[in-house]
Amino acid sequence: MTQEDTNVIDQPEVLKPRMVSIEISGKKYEVPEGITVIKALWYTGQEVVRGAGCLGGFCGACATYYRTKDDPKVRTCLACQMAVQDGMSFTIMPPFPARKATYEIQSLKDPKQDLFNLYPEAPLCRNCNACTEACPQKIDVREGVWKAVFGDFKSVSEMFMDCVMCGMCTPVCIADIAPNLVALYVSRAQGAHFTEKPQGLETRIKEIQDGRFDDEWNKVLAMNEKELADHCATVK
Amino acid sequence: MDIHALQQIVHKTRDARRKQTIPKFSPADRDALIEKYHPDFRKKAYRPIRFGPNADEQTVIELATLLEGDSPIPENLDMTPHYQTDVLVIGGGGAGCAAALHAHGTGAKVILATKLRLGDSNSVMAQGGMQISVAPEDSPVTHFLDTLKGGHMQNDHALLKVMVEEGPAIARWLIELGVLFDRQSDGNLHVKKGGGSSKPRLLTCSDYTGLEIMRVLKDEVLNQKIQLLEFCAAVELLSNDEGHCTGAIFKDLDNQRLVIVAAKSVILATGGIGRLHIQGFPTSNHYGATGDGLCLSYRMGAKLAHIDTFQYHPSGAVYPEQLIGALVTEGIRSEGGHLVNAKGERFVNELDTRDVVSSSIIRECEESRGIRTMSGRVGVWLDTPLLDAEHGPGTVEKHFPAMMLQFERFGIDISKDPVLIYPTLHYQNGGVKIDTNSETNVKNLFVSGEASGGLHGRNRLMGNSLLDLMVFGKRAGLTAASRAQSMAQGKLTLQHLRRFRAEAKQHGNPSGVISPMVLPAYTRKVS
Repeated sequence: MTQEDTNVIDQPEVLKPRMVSIEISGKKYEVPEGITVIKALWYTGQEVVRGAGCLGGFCGACATYYRTKDDPKVRTCLACQMAVQDGMSFTIMPPFPARKATYEIQSLKDPKQDLFNLYPEAPLCRNCNACTEACPQKIDVREGVWKAVFGDFKSVSEMFMDCVMCGMCTPVCIADIAPNLVALYVSRAQGAHFTEKPQGLETRIKEIQDGRFDDEWNKVLAMNEKELADHCATVK
Repeated sequence: MDIHALQQIVHKTRDARRKQTIPKFSPADRDALIEKYHPDFRKKAYRPIRFGPNADEQTVIELATLLEGDSPIPENLDMTPHYQTDVLVIGGGGAGCAAALHAHGTGAKVILATKLRLGDSNSVMAQGGMQISVAPEDSPVTHFLDTLKGGHMQNDHALLKVMVEEGPAIARWLIELGVLFDRQSDGNLHVKKGGGSSKPRLLTCSDYTGLEIMRVLKDEVLNQKIQLLEFCAAVELLSNDEGHCTGAIFKDLDNQRLVIVAAKSVILATGGIGRLHIQGFPTSNHYGATGDGLCLSYRMGAKLAHIDTFQYHPSGAVYPEQLIGALVTEGIRSEGGHLVNAKGERFVNELDTRDVVSSSIIRECEESRGIRTMSGRVGVWLDTPLLDAEHGPGTVEKHFPAMMLQFERFGIDISKDPVLIYPTLHYQNGGVKIDTNSETNVKNLFVSGEASGGLHGRNRLMGNSLLDLMVFGKRAGLTAASRAQSMAQGKLTLQHLRRFRAEAKQHGNPSGVISPMVLPAYTRKVS
């Protein structure tokens, strides 16, 4: 019963997968039920260069718009994380030309105020909530933009830890905000300017600079293979 | 076969298992187990490389074939460069970004070329954390010894010493850039314990450590306005009369045009080879992880190290089918999650090194104590609900939001139901041999990150990869930039390719493939 032993694949689900009808960018195809959206593209013979990334739901490359049978609502997903179903229609979203502000994170003097210079559209949020609905990571994006504007950088950085930067919040914004980029700025500012310097880390860096471990290094590096293996075994 | 019915054994045996302690294997038992069950020891999966710098050394057939493969470039190509730079970085993952930023920081002109988008890499998927000895009871020496033990004592000592000693400074750099590592209540960095480590040493950003680091590094590369060539896959390197590296040729994937970049020094940071699916294994790797850098360096004459050993991460998802190969982070086992076979028994100390845990899972499955899914795959249970039972309700959700979300999409609540796992091809332990400045035996050719070899020995410890990327990315960037400053641009020739082709011909052109692979061939041939 090994993974390699293909003889065990005797289940009807595998031998004869149920086929479903889908539409890719308006064109109809039949594909096995339950495969991911990205696998459906491969299955239909399409090469994917733009639109495939980590294939694990972490990189946001495969941002996709889709609609299910009899439902007018266009939804969003990551193509590597969504299974196709009968009647589904989808298209991979091209990268949206959002403007990213550039900044020197270390030399910001007043990061909370600087937000308004870097992203002047951020306070213009009209509360429509389209960004939140578009987020495949279930982040409360609208709330995040508000918190950013009100200077609650800490909450924003926590809320957006799940953000894969797929950018699906951006094209839906009626105030032309790129919430993911605003959140990225805010999170970096939170980390670089509003988070305590870890003292233990500074101590360790100094210890290394001052040669605190030099004797131990000399001892370890002078050992022969056998002595070193024995020494490793004593580390608990 | 109903998978939910089979799960019941995990719930039923949970309380009894919690009272158990499973000892780690003795060194002798461990070696015997690995030799019998670890995929690295399946002789029929291996063959010697026929020619080149590692001639007669064994590696997996898939890799050997690519290493011996022919270049797509004709020797009479017009060598007029489209771009000229001091430092050319190939690869946009963690090592590539770190290298580009540090090289740029010295004032060098940098071009970063990447096959897909900036940031597309395995780095972004790293969940477990980054090992850095910051805890008072820990030390760089202990980190060194743990890693050495994990690597079967085969690690390059010089590389390893550099990595563990420069780790804390790297953490400081990342914090200054705005990376939000988890903290203790006193503001110090929170550290978790990883498999094979004697001390808690993992710096984490929830279970999104790689994503958080990459978001910041990518943003910083853009802020520094480093020149990018995205969707440009490296297909050949360039060399001068003395065989030194002088640039690279790319294929622009948008229009198939060849792009020639003249560079004074080149840093390859192209990652690993998971997408070769060696031995038929599923993989946790990124779409672009096809080992391109290994082929390019090998043709150029760079020696590879430890390319007969790979890491099979113990916990790749086996169910649902859509998540096949996707990682179930080791963090679950770090926090006490049990591995459970079809009989409801634990069979290994879950915090043993990855090779040991993987081997024992394969043993359970081969000896018919695995659980079979309806699509015919086999795995064992990882008791995720145990974490809530042990540390209080909500623990899984709080500590592993990425995992929760990933399974939730398919209607599985991992805080209530165990997940089915089997080893997945995760990491290439070896790679291009480098010195402590990340330089290969080919002058001005630097390699860093997963494409490099020697540091991890024959098995990499959890969390050492992110540190490897940052430390050797930095060193490659700094050395390549200072090298570029002190020299003129070398001639752009394909002399190394002529030599390689002559050698291949002598051996009867055994491979018959064009390499690098660039992207895996998943597209179905539709007739």
